[in-house]
Amino acid sequence: MTAETTKAKLAVKNLNFYYGNFHALKNINLNIREGKVTAFIGPSGCGKSTLLRTFNRMYELYPKLRAEGEILLNGNNILDRGVDLNMLRAKVGMVFQKPTPFPMSIYDNIAFGVKLYESLSKSEMDDRVEWALSKAALWNEAKDKLRQSGLGLSGGQQQRLCIARAIAVKPEVLLLDEPTSALDPISTAHIEELVHELKRDYTIAIVTHNMQQAARVSDYTAYMYLGELVEVGETDTIFTTPTKKATEDYITGKFG
Amino acid sequence: MLSIYARRRFVNFISLSLSVLAMLFGLFWLAWILYTLFKNGFGSLNLVLFTQTTPAPGSAGGLSNAIIGSLSMSVVGTLVGTPIGILAGTYLAEFGDRGWLAPVTRFINDILLSAPSIVIGLFMYEVYVVHTGHFSGWAGALALAILVIPVVVRTTESMLRLVPHSMREAAYALGAPQWKMTLQVTLRAAKAGVVTGVILAVARIVGETAPLLFTSLNNQFYSNMNQPMANLPVVIFQFAMSPYEDWHNLAWAGSLLIGLFVLVMNVLARTLIKPQQQH
Amino acid sequence: MAPVVVTPASETLMNSQEKRLHKQAMQDRIFRGTTRFFAFFVLALLAGILISLLIGAWPAIQQFGLGFVVGTEWNPVTGQFGGWNSIRGTLLSSFIALLIGVPVSFGIAIFLTELSPVWLRRPLGIAIELLAGVPSIIYGMWGLFVFAPWFADNVQPWLTEHSAGLPIIGGLFDGPPMGIGMLTAGLILSVMVIPYISSVMRDVFEVVPPMLKESAYGLGGTTWEVVWRVVLPYTRSGVMGGVMLGLGRALGETMAITFVIGNAQQPIHSLFDPSTSISATLANEFTEATTALHTGSLIYLGLLLFFITFVVLTLSKLMLLRMQRAEGH
Repeated sequence: MTAETTKAKLAVKNLNFYYGNFHALKNINLNIREGKVTAFIGPSGCGKSTLLRTFNRMYELYPKLRAEGEILLNGNNILDRGVDLNMLRAKVGMVFQKPTPFPMSIYDNIAFGVKLYESLSKSEMDDRVEWALSKAALWNEAKDKLRQSGLGLSGGQQQRLCIARAIAVKPEVLLLDEPTSALDPISTAHIEELVHELKRDYTIAIVTHNMQQAARVSDYTAYMYLGELVEVGETDTIFTTPTKKATEDYITGKFG
Repeated sequence: MLSIYARRRFVNFISLSLSVLAMLFGLFWLAWILYTLFKNGFGSLNLVLFTQTTPAPGSAGGLSNAIIGSLSMSVVGTLVGTPIGILAGTYLAEFGDRGWLAPVTRFINDILLSAPSIVIGLFMYEVYVVHTGHFSGWAGALALAILVIPVVVRTTESMLRLVPHSMREAAYALGAPQWKMTLQVTLRAAKAGVVTGVILAVARIVGETAPLLFTSLNNQFYSNMNQPMANLPVVIFQFAMSPYEDWHNLAWAGSLLIGLFVLVMNVLARTLIKPQQQH
Repeated sequence: MAPVVVTPASETLMNSQEKRLHKQAMQDRIFRGTTRFFAFFVLALLAGILISLLIGAWPAIQQFGLGFVVGTEWNPVTGQFGGWNSIRGTLLSSFIALLIGVPVSFGIAIFLTELSPVWLRRPLGIAIELLAGVPSIIYGMWGLFVFAPWFADNVQPWLTEHSAGLPIIGGLFDGPPMGIGMLTAGLILSVMVIPYISSVMRDVFEVVPPMLKESAYGLGGTTWEVVWRVVLPYTRSGVMGGVMLGLGRALGETMAITFVIGNAQQPIHSLFDPSTSISATLANEFTEATTALHTGSLIYLGLLLFFITFVVLTLSKLMLLRMQRAEGH
């Protein structure tokens, strides 16, 4: 096992999650390794998105949801009461199932997050926007229409804009919640290439219901079922020689 | 068997015919009112209306002071009422899921929305006119502002609630504080809808008479906001109730002006909201 | 776990970040507080209206007490004020408005949801909604100069003739056909409440699950039977909410009524008689009232009007909420 070759960016310890009385995540233990892509797979409702949403405490927006246990980001427990959520979310970026461009220009979409935590000059901001859009492989398509609304882009372009927006603030971790589920195959391929590129600079956690996608983009894969983490390991291992029968059944399509 | 079926079909036919008649009945009144408005108002529509002040009985004149008064009070009323309405509506939509204040306010706001406007006039009379000792344009404008508020609160809240939750999450995911998220993302996304609400509110207040009767009253001349102020609805009311033919004609012209304005505002509001629904 | 190494450079960064976070938290509190303040302001507005009306009406409340409600004498000269003539006018005209407005609105809602071709629904819906957009002063002008004379010439004599001799109804349509009066006011009010009631009815009819309607049609039901036996029972509380909303609107309507009701503080024997309503009395007399008692009595009327509409609108809102809840679960 190469488990110790890279350190854990996020360490999840004895995590339990509740929707009111419903026990949605059961005693999850897992490390998300720095500079790697970790994929979460499993049937719908297994808790993979819920788990992802604990990493930036997005669940706090809704009443009656609570998490117990520890999630260590660089060794600090982000579930502590004193943690500033805005700061946490600036460090842990997120891209959602459906593209969510803000109702403003492409440029302003990118600048929105940057302005929150940095005071950049006009030219610095221009550079940052170009950098982020280039990283997200959108620069060539968008450079001539930076002042146009982000809503005018195609679905795939919108999703890349959202990725650009997320990386523009230079987060340490990037959470991708089924980022291609609303996209066509070509846009999906674009995004997958992008994930490959981005892992050089970011630690990435991706939720996907597409197993081929998990196999293609991730270094580690975690299989979840009914709120439990069934198995986690290197993607090659999980897809070729899973240790648990349940994982094998899911991967070979006997289930779900 | 057949007779039962025949009877059912007959009942169905009769009731559905009545339904068609009801629709025609509704349209008939609208057509009649609009026809009357144009027929009687159009003849009196001329430039003098906009250049001369309201006349004494028997002499010629226009409605310029009333038009200016109506515009000033409506503008001030809108300017005062809109921000209050938007902020309160924002609270209901963005912070309204917890606590007692939001549900109670939502309830009360819906009641204010349909509350008799004449009572609003009485209220403004009590709190403003009684204390300052004179009728004034300000009192009228504030009474109109109170009518604007519930309309804007209602539309702001419902339009903000139409903004998909993923948009909020996306802003939070960047680490945005709530105020920035609301002002720069959700309110901006709901802009067309909120503007529509304001337009509908304006359309409502320009024709309102009852709240102005006890607040701005009327004035035969131009006036500033601190004096009794002429306005189209009250002028129409007084002129229509008078026995003078000239005044009746001016009242019709004024009614047509208001009617046209309200029509245009309604059309504007609907064209604004349409592209948003398609999106 | 690697220990966090704090370098001087990142320390200053941390400090400026902390300041920024502190500022953000503060701005959030201010923003939340401001919006909360204005939400509260809306509540305070209602309380303010009630309190100011109570204060304004106080001289009359002290003088006449609750007897004001049933007092029929309204005489500014002798200083004797009773509100019954006005209250009766408000209630009766609104009742007439509902009597005509509710069935018509029901018909319109059926037409718009079940019968109309789809492409006609939107324009027809807008046309009906425009009836609500027409300012009431225009209803008043039209009512006084156009509708009332036509009504007096063409409808009233017919009504008198054909109802004569009938028990109860005969008396309702008795008297000289003057055009203006209680019946005219009620009729015009009915046109004014139609858009409110019909649009609520249409909205609640539209939320009836298609499956429910389809199963009724599937049993061989006619359109009318589906509407009457399935749609209406399913939407009952919403429909009642719409009716109450219309009633609330009718009770508070001022200008249209003031133009056509006749403004007479007197008992009425027939629906053709001129009468008055709370809002018409206010509109006509308020600025001319000279004594504190007269003004107070008028505000007392306003307070009663506000109270009645408040109760009616609250009922309306509760019924619509019940409808929403039933539909949500």
